[in-house]
Amino acid sequence: MLELLPALLRGLGITVQLTVLAAVLGFALAFISGLGSLSKSSIIRFVTGVYVEIFRGTSLLVQLFWMFYALPLFGIRLPGMVVGVLALGMNFGAYGSEVVRSSIIAVPRGQIEAAIALNMSPGQRLWRIILPQAWLTMIPPLGNLLIELLKGTALVSLITLADLAFQGFSLRETTGRTTEIYSLLLMIYFVLAFFITAGMRWLERRAAMGRS
Amino acid sequence: MWDWEFAFYVMPDILKAIRVTIAATLAGFALALAVGLALALLRRSAFKPLSLATIGFIEFVRSTPLLIQLFFIFYALPLSTGISFSAFQAGTIGLGFHYGTYLSEVYRSGIDAIPRGQWEAATALNFSRLRTWTKIILPQAIPPTVPVMGNYLIAMFKETPLLSAITLVEMLQTAKIIGSDCYRYLEPFTLVGIFFLLLSYPASVLVKRLEFQLKQQ
Amino acid sequence: MGMPSKVEIETETDSMTDEPIVRYRKVAKNFGELQVLKKVDLDIAPGEKIAVIGPSGSGKTTLARLLMTLERPSSGTIEIDGELLWHEKVNGKLVPAGEKHLQHHRGKIGMVFQQFNLFPHMTVLRNVAEAPIQVLGLSQKEAQKRAKQMLAKVGLADKLDAFPSQLSGGQQQRVAIARALVMRPKVMLFDEVTSALDPELVGEVLTVIKEIAAEGEMTMLLVTHEMDFAREVADRIIFIDDGKIVEQGTPKALFKHPRNPRTRSFLSRFRNNNWKDS
Repeated sequence: MLELLPALLRGLGITVQLTVLAAVLGFALAFISGLGSLSKSSIIRFVTGVYVEIFRGTSLLVQLFWMFYALPLFGIRLPGMVVGVLALGMNFGAYGSEVVRSSIIAVPRGQIEAAIALNMSPGQRLWRIILPQAWLTMIPPLGNLLIELLKGTALVSLITLADLAFQGFSLRETTGRTTEIYSLLLMIYFVLAFFITAGMRWLERRAAMGRS
Repeated sequence: MWDWEFAFYVMPDILKAIRVTIAATLAGFALALAVGLALALLRRSAFKPLSLATIGFIEFVRSTPLLIQLFFIFYALPLSTGISFSAFQAGTIGLGFHYGTYLSEVYRSGIDAIPRGQWEAATALNFSRLRTWTKIILPQAIPPTVPVMGNYLIAMFKETPLLSAITLVEMLQTAKIIGSDCYRYLEPFTLVGIFFLLLSYPASVLVKRLEFQLKQQ
Repeated sequence: MGMPSKVEIETETDSMTDEPIVRYRKVAKNFGELQVLKKVDLDIAPGEKIAVIGPSGSGKTTLARLLMTLERPSSGTIEIDGELLWHEKVNGKLVPAGEKHLQHHRGKIGMVFQQFNLFPHMTVLRNVAEAPIQVLGLSQKEAQKRAKQMLAKVGLADKLDAFPSQLSGGQQQRVAIARALVMRPKVMLFDEVTSALDPELVGEVLTVIKEIAAEGEMTMLLVTHEMDFAREVADRIIFIDDGKIVEQGTPKALFKHPRNPRTRSFLSRFRNNNWKDS
């Protein structure tokens, strides 16, 4: 069974690359739209609301297919990798937006008042006081979302990207060893998810240093 | 660019396929409710190996892609066990077990929230274990979890397009077939997206309202 | 809209030497239907120590929070150092102050809160040094030097690297005092700073405040339930009830010979407690 591993792992690079790039894009979008949803401007709140609801309300696979098959009709023909990163990142960002928003709201009012009393500017309050505290609350749910993102990367195999899952499907066609290949695939994803979980735990411990 | 005529032309076929999507969602969710409860109870087992195995199973299923699980159920299980499933059955099983692991956590949080005194009262009244669970614990544990369950129902609904990968002709697969027949993907895929949004957005608003009402009580 | 012109007349009497540092003029605050403060007038002289007492919900905390710009007055004006706090002039018209104006004047005021509100993600030293670096623009070195001096003053020179969660409530509150003092405000607000403390930790915090008061030049507004402390520290006691200043005077006058029946009934509760204790 293990002799199948090298062929399968040829897709590992794409899967990891997708996960990392989409996570970076998604984090950025989650922060921007999470802050946007708390904005005083109703226009900004509306725009972020539309983004979040569209990407949460339609399905990830539909988004992938739409960007891959329908977008070219507008003259925008993106490489599969770009489509994968965009769709996964925007989807992840839409779910992350709510995490960012609720963690910011959860910072006690007294913290903001103390920052005002020290005459910090709104920007300093946000970056020095609110976000560092919200960050600690955010890590566990963002970690869960990261696992969802990793699982979601398998869908890019359906738009012909040669990730782990795709290598599995093509290997199955050439060898016919269905059960072994799918079992191995599942185990590889499980190991990857384990690394993510361990990484997030480490981050959480680091962020919580000194605090009880 | 957007062709209204074509959009209206393909709409009936896609609408018809919504039925398959919804049927798969409901069947999958019914199974998930049962699997989730079973996993939550097995996890509480006093027999350590069983409880550990359950935790391991939950972790494994939760952290691996549903797509591969579906392929495993649809293509690999028949080869190794001789039992074969239709695409709909395989899809239901895949969704049911995948989301069952999520729901087991929801049940667990509901059960954990029951005050100790309730268990002690049941013991004091000399209730049997079955009676304690069905008359005392679950009736109190489940209602507060309904909004969370609702959110998972919506999440599962949005994952049904994955069943197209194991040949189930639901909404997305229908749109794909139309697209490849007519060489136009824009309208069919956009329609599918809109239908998902039209169903899931009001549902999530409803769940939010329910959550709010529960908090008020 | 007669208010702005009236304000201008009042500000023209400036530039006298014994000018109050803080001046409340007809300050009212509503929370929805609820009137928390009802047209309060109050002048505070530089260096004066004022203790504000009164039943809970009387509006005494709101008095301090309005001055700290945590709450916007519903009507009336507050002046600090002869300048309007909550209003600014734009094209000759008085309008509600923007963030810039508030930041300009907020620096003259410092506040210590009931719940300490230390930043849990920072060490004690950083809690105190952060604002001098960020807000005053001091160098890291200079800010830490000042912070250490201040922490030594409140008796916590040995806790620089501790996190707030590792300190007792009394220690946390002393850090909070150092954090406010390090900004060198002209007016310090203490909002029921001992109410959240275990009884045995109240003393150490009050001692620190008394020491600051004894230095003389700091203007202080102390919202408190500690009557003995108020008597000892304050030059003037203000009794607030139902959003109004009911009575004020020297500690001696107010505690020994309260004139208003509401003051009397409020104070009698504390006398009774004292008898029970002793």
